[in-house]
Amino acid sequence: MHITGAQIMFIIFSAVIIIFSILTVTSRRILRAATFLLFVLIATAGLYFMLNYQFLAAVQLALYAGGIIVLIIFSILLTSHISQKFEPISWKKSIFAALASVAGIIICLTTILNYNFKADSLAAIEIDMKIIGRSLLSYNKDGFVLPFEVISILLLAAMVASLVIAKKAKTKQQ
Amino acid sequence: MAFSIYDFTTTTKAIDLFLNDIMSPFWATVTELVIVGVVFLAFYALVGLYLVYAERKICGFIQCRVGPNRVGPYGFFQTIADLIKLLMKELVYIKNADKILFNVAPFIVIITSFLAISAIPFAKGLHAMDFNIGVFYIMAVSSIGVIGILLAGWSSNNKYSLIGAMRSGAQIVSYELSVGLSLITMCVLAGTMQFSEMIEGQRDLWFIFKGHVPAVIAFLVYIIAGTAETNRGPFDLPEAESELTAGFHTEYSGIKFAFFFLAEYMNMFLIACLATTVFWGGWMPLHIPGWETFNHVMDYIPPVIWFIGKTVVVIYIIMWFKWTFPRLRIDQLLTLEWKYLLPINLINVLLMAFIVLMGWSL
Repeated sequence: MHITGAQIMFIIFSAVIIIFSILTVTSRRILRAATFLLFVLIATAGLYFMLNYQFLAAVQLALYAGGIIVLIIFSILLTSHISQKFEPISWKKSIFAALASVAGIIICLTTILNYNFKADSLAAIEIDMKIIGRSLLSYNKDGFVLPFEVISILLLAAMVASLVIAKKAKTKQQ
Repeated sequence: MAFSIYDFTTTTKAIDLFLNDIMSPFWATVTELVIVGVVFLAFYALVGLYLVYAERKICGFIQCRVGPNRVGPYGFFQTIADLIKLLMKELVYIKNADKILFNVAPFIVIITSFLAISAIPFAKGLHAMDFNIGVFYIMAVSSIGVIGILLAGWSSNNKYSLIGAMRSGAQIVSYELSVGLSLITMCVLAGTMQFSEMIEGQRDLWFIFKGHVPAVIAFLVYIIAGTAETNRGPFDLPEAESELTAGFHTEYSGIKFAFFFLAEYMNMFLIACLATTVFWGGWMPLHIPGWETFNHVMDYIPPVIWFIGKTVVVIYIIMWFKWTFPRLRIDQLLTLEWKYLLPINLINVLLMAFIVLMGWSL
């Protein structure tokens, strides 16, 4: 079988994703788990780069790796100490968890393999930023202005709520 | 036209054709990747070393000292000697540190700055990657660097390191907003995020002149926020020696310390490169509409010289900042970002959009 460069890269990325995903859930130190999760997210961004969808890859890096992981690490830094270690998981729990995940893999694989995917002969298209921007703010068919606005209102509400909580704690202390 | 002499696309094309001639396409691609990687690594190390040298010299002159002057003429090889010393130094092993994270952290910091540098266009054709989301890519990649700093501080198992890392993290995360917003302001003017198109758009006039008032405001905000994002003085309180020893990299020694040090200087270089590309025309020579002869004379100066010249000026300004202003307190630092720079920036984006819509840009 002839293996192309793209396939080698795909194998490397998926190996990184699988190995570090397993390490994330098995690590007993919380900050290490967060770091392994970071590697999983970066490898996923690598897959998007391979698909030539650079916008999604950059979003993956900026939001998940640079945003959410930083948030998680900040909260770990504020709350836990370096010597903290989780209790080793009892063998009963780990067996059931392994069984559940194997069942999940089997269900996913059978569905994917049974579906008749057609190979697309079209070359990969580079998606222009302008198209993404326009469809994000358009209210015609295929427009995303409603979810965009709903999410921004939700985020604003969350931000105001967190400010209210922070303020209350301050007045009580005085 | 004078431009064609300085066009590197023909050279890179010729190398590509030659490699494809002598080996299969797969190995040609691999060789090209290796060549680009090696060239960038050498460039990275050289620029880093000479930025450190420049900083020490400029600092010396500003403080009425001579600066390094023993190794080579004018101390020119001082930083190379320093590097050799750092390479040979013992890597101190810390008993109670989290070893994996402690060792991974410097690499995260240095790899992210390396990734970001690779998207910078140095001249026509001297461009490793030309994504259609260039600006966004650099913002996304450089936002990961802070994770390395946070991990380094935490895994050292040292109070000073942890406090330094927290300060550093808070500072980088908040100033990243201002850097991003001021770059977005310029994207509104450029109408694109791709670096090659952005530079093409500055063929008749650089963006800082094209966008006049909002562009100048965006540049000022960018240079302040950029200095703060790279943890440089007057915003260097994460590394305030008098209170925190050396901040997040207190426990690092030898070459691992050098990684942090080099990454810091390369981030400054990156900030200067971005300022050059987005505000001052990148490698595009100075053109003024209407002055044909002047424009032709300017075309004879190679684009690489234009790019390096502009970058050096911006770097000099950033270094000048550091040795002139006193250090800010943490509350002053956060007030500056959240109460001044961010609102100014948000209004500035609106102003720029208004000016572009009305066609008032030059």
